[in-house]
Formats: sequence, structure tokens, C-alpha cells
Amino acid sequence: MRHYFTILSQEIRALLYNASTYVAAVLFLVVMGFIFAGILDDYSKAPHETAPAAVFFQVFWIPVFFMVPLLTMKSFAEERRLGTLETLLTTPVTTAEVVLGKFSAAYLFYMLLWGSTLGFHYVLRLYARDIRYLDSGPLVGGYLFIAVSGLLFIAIGILASTLTRSQAVAGILTFTLLLGLIGGITYASELAVLNNDLLSPLKTAVDSLRIPVHVEDFTNGIVDTRQVFFYVTGCILSLLFSILGVEAKMLNS
Amino acid sequence: MAEIPDITIEVSNLVKNYGPLTAVNNLSFTVKRGEIVGLLGPNGAGKSTTMRILTGYLPANSGTVHICGQPVASHPEATKRHVGYMPENNPLPEDMRVSEYLWFRGRLKEMPRARLRARIEEVLELCDLKRNRHRILGRLSKGNKQRVGIAEAILAEPAVIIMDEPTIGLDPHQIIIVRNLIASLRGRMSVIISSHILPEIEETCDRVLIINGGRIVAQGSPADLRHEIFGHTTYRLELAGDPVGLPIHLATLEPTLRIAAQEEPNADGFRLVTLMTEAEADLGEKLLQALPAAGYRIRSLGRTQPSLEDVFLAATRRSWDARLPDKQATEGDARAPLPKV
Repeated sequence: MRHYFTILSQEIRALLYNASTYVAAVLFLVVMGFIFAGILDDYSKAPHETAPAAVFFQVFWIPVFFMVPLLTMKSFAEERRLGTLETLLTTPVTTAEVVLGKFSAAYLFYMLLWGSTLGFHYVLRLYARDIRYLDSGPLVGGYLFIAVSGLLFIAIGILASTLTRSQAVAGILTFTLLLGLIGGITYASELAVLNNDLLSPLKTAVDSLRIPVHVEDFTNGIVDTRQVFFYVTGCILSLLFSILGVEAKMLNS
Repeated sequence: MAEIPDITIEVSNLVKNYGPLTAVNNLSFTVKRGEIVGLLGPNGAGKSTTMRILTGYLPANSGTVHICGQPVASHPEATKRHVGYMPENNPLPEDMRVSEYLWFRGRLKEMPRARLRARIEEVLELCDLKRNRHRILGRLSKGNKQRVGIAEAILAEPAVIIMDEPTIGLDPHQIIIVRNLIASLRGRMSVIISSHILPEIEETCDRVLIINGGRIVAQGSPADLRHEIFGHTTYRLELAGDPVGLPIHLATLEPTLRIAAQEEPNADGFRLVTLMTEAEADLGEKLLQALPAAGYRIRSLGRTQPSLEDVFLAATRRSWDARLPDKQATEGDARAPLPKV
């Protein structure tokens, strides 16, 4: 496992000296800033029951849809295309170490990006006239949700990247899988065909997997371990498939 | 580092199929410690595939490969520690600097930090990269990139170094530098090079393996191969005198000496005559003494040996079973037959 840290530190170093990292971070903050400002604008016009933080997390899917593909599509697809994956895999490093190293670096960066949005809430706290109304509970819940769901989303991105040589295909595949996960399950839960008695276990499963409902639960302070379990096992499964994907491509090249 | 065994690479009955195409067809060879072996073959002969299997990157369909006594298929990490590899076209990440890249690769190959620092200095000196150590890899010229690739391959001082076309695309100066680098590794590490540049292979390698259609069609030192495949020496003379009596004089000199070709005499009266003999000893002095004594005038005498290119072309003629030029191919015609499934 010692090569894991070498690969991780190299990936982080690569992120730090690459200009695109900073460009992506700035653009992300611009988008999130607009969203937050829009929410505050909305709040200033009419009274609301929930804290602005809760609404802020309800649009989590906007940054997820555009950031996760951008963060992860480069990881394997670029190395495969350049040929450096071959030189990497001829060193005494296992494919598991490579996959985990790249996953960890992407996840760390994802968390850093979201962490920087804490600044918004801090600014709000600084300038709000009455901070009693600003509940920090939804903040904790919301960021916990981001941390846990990030595991799954980034793992899906890494999986898509291992499947192809082209970064564009990896990015689009990630986007589609995330869309299917976040929007598709909600859509599937509303299908009338599931109301059949025979399919009721399936209906309960699909109902409980609706990700926007998870967001609500987390921001309302309910940390359901079943939902956490879903994300963690989904992450592990995706990473396992990534490792298998890299090795399968070697076997069948 | 543990003692390097005498036989560093042992390949037996290696087979690799890409679907219906058999890229490597029952290949067997060994490489001793400190030897420099050249893999020659037309494009698509299976050289790169063989090298990838040796490094453990590609699994074979059957057969075994042992590196330093350990099988590659069942002990990939142990064998990868003994191998330094430079693939074709030398892929390098574009964003790193030379010293950073060498550090990263050295850590991946499990070199301890203090040793790695010293070794990077050594290797930069050896490959003449000191001036370029802080340059970004993507901005280096091709020759410098090849040097970085070679530096990275020799970094951990592995027992086996495998280089796929190391001198491709380099200018003549750079080729000489790379050639000297490779020659300096002789005796310490086993080196396998594949190349199309035949004079390179002829100069650097102790032994040559000619591969065609996934099989070894000839192997041995360049001199041995020349003798085995051609078995004769050629002399070219510019001669003036009676051509009719020449064969008799040649026969008295050396029984196998005969005229292979002769041209019309030019304005000076001299003609170009090509002689062929199976004798290995140099007949130049004898010719220079005997022919003028018999009344001929000689203006120039040269000995030509078949080059490795001739050996290569003869050995890799497009038919499955031809090993030597005089053997009949069982599926013989000029077209390459379809690979056997």
C-alpha cells in the first residue's frame, strides 16, 4: 500500500501546479455565489420557514453535474491515451493503489471546493442583523451529505474514466450516470407501474434511494445510516469495478 | 539488492493471441546477465508484444516467462522490481519537470529517499540531463525526452532493461549518445532493445534475435548470423587482363574462389570483378600477390561482408517456414500467408 501515498502526493502536486485547477475553482465559486445570492434575494422578499442553508443544499446537483465529470474525466482516460498508464503499471504498483490514489485526490479536491463555500455562510453570519435565525444545524447536515454523497459521485466518475480512452466520453458517461442516479431514481419512484403489490419491495427500495430526499433528511438533522450505507457501498462497488475495468482492458488489449 | 542470477530472462513456449491473430507463436529464448540482446523484426512481428509480456504488463495466453528466476505471471510485483521499461514512443506526462518525474518514478520503484536523491544525480550526469533538470517534460526536444526515458529505465538499477525502439526519431548525434549509453550498461544489466535501425543493432548488441510472424527465425551474434545465413565472403576487384584464364588462377589460389560477376571493361581497360568464396580466412594479400604475378593489373581490392540488413532481409522473407534462403517454404509464394488460427 505504500505506493498509494506516492501516487496520492503526485496527483495532489499535479492538481496544485495545474492552472486549470484554479480556473475551475474560481468558476465553481462564481456559480455557487450566484446561487447563494439568488437564495438570499429570494429570502429578503418574503419570509421563509427553512434556513437559507437548507435551500442552498437542495441545488447541490448543479455543481455535482458539472464539477464531478470535470474533476474525474482526466484521471484514467488521459493516461491511457498518452500511454503513461502502461509505464505506471509496469512498476511494482498494484492497480488498486492507482485507482485509490486517483480517487482520493479527486475526492479531496471536491471536498476542498465545497469547503470553500463555507465562506458564503460566514459572510452571511457576519452581515446578518439577527443571527438567532441562522441555524447552523442544516449547515452541518448539508456538508455531511456532500461528504458522504461525494464518495459515490467521484467513484462513479473514476469508473467512467477507466472505461475509455477519450476524456469527452468519460465526462459524458459520468454526467449521464449521475443524472440517472439523481434524477432517474426520483422519476422511477413516481411511475405508476410500481404501485403493483408484487413490486412493493422494489418500490420501497426505489423510494428510499431518492437522493433529493436524502438531502432533505440530512439538512433536517436526520442522519440515516441506511442512506450513508448506500453511498459507501456504492462507492466501494464503483471502485471495485474501476480496478476490474483497468485490469480487464489490459487482459483484452 | 539480491544477487542477480546468471540467466536473467527465460522465455519458454510463449504464445499470445489477439483474437484470431497469433502475435507471438511459441517463442523461446534466454538472456544472460550483462548481455545486450537486439530484437529485430518487421512491423507486426511480435516484438512489442513480447516486450510487454516480459514486463508483466500484458498477460500471455500460454508459456512461461521467468525474470531473475521468478515467473512473471504469478509474481508480478516481484518481477516488476527487476525490470526497467521504456515503451515505444516513450510516453511521458507532460506537466512534470525532469527531476520531479525521476523522483516520482524512483519512489514508485521503492527506492529509499536518500539513495534516490544520489541516484538521480548520477543518472542525470550519465544521460547529460543536468542542464535540463528543471524543464517541463512537455517542452523538451525529442532527443532529451528519449534521454529522460532511458534515465528513468536505468534509475533503479534493475537487472533487466527493456527498450522498445530507443533511437527512433533521433538525429545522428543523439543516436551516438544513446548508443554509448546502452553500451555502458553491458556487463551489469541485461538489456533487450528492439529496433529497425540495423547498423545500431549491429554495433551495440552481443546477440540478435530475428523475429518474424511471432517466431524466431534466426538468432546469434551478428557475425554468426552472417556466416550462418550467407556463409560466404565477397571480394570486389578492379582488374585488367585476360578474363578467360582468370578462373584457373583463382582455383589454384583457393578451391572455392570463383567469379560471381564481371562487367565490361571501361575506358582504362579495367573491369569490376566480383569474387565469392566460402573460405573464412582473408584472401586479400594472396590475391594482391598472385594476380599481378600471373600478369593481371589490379587497381583496387575490397572485401565486403553481408550486412545485418542482408541477413535480416534474407531471414524475414515473407513465408512461414523459410529459415535459410535455400530452404523451400511449404506454403511458398511471395505473398504473406494468412496466420494459422
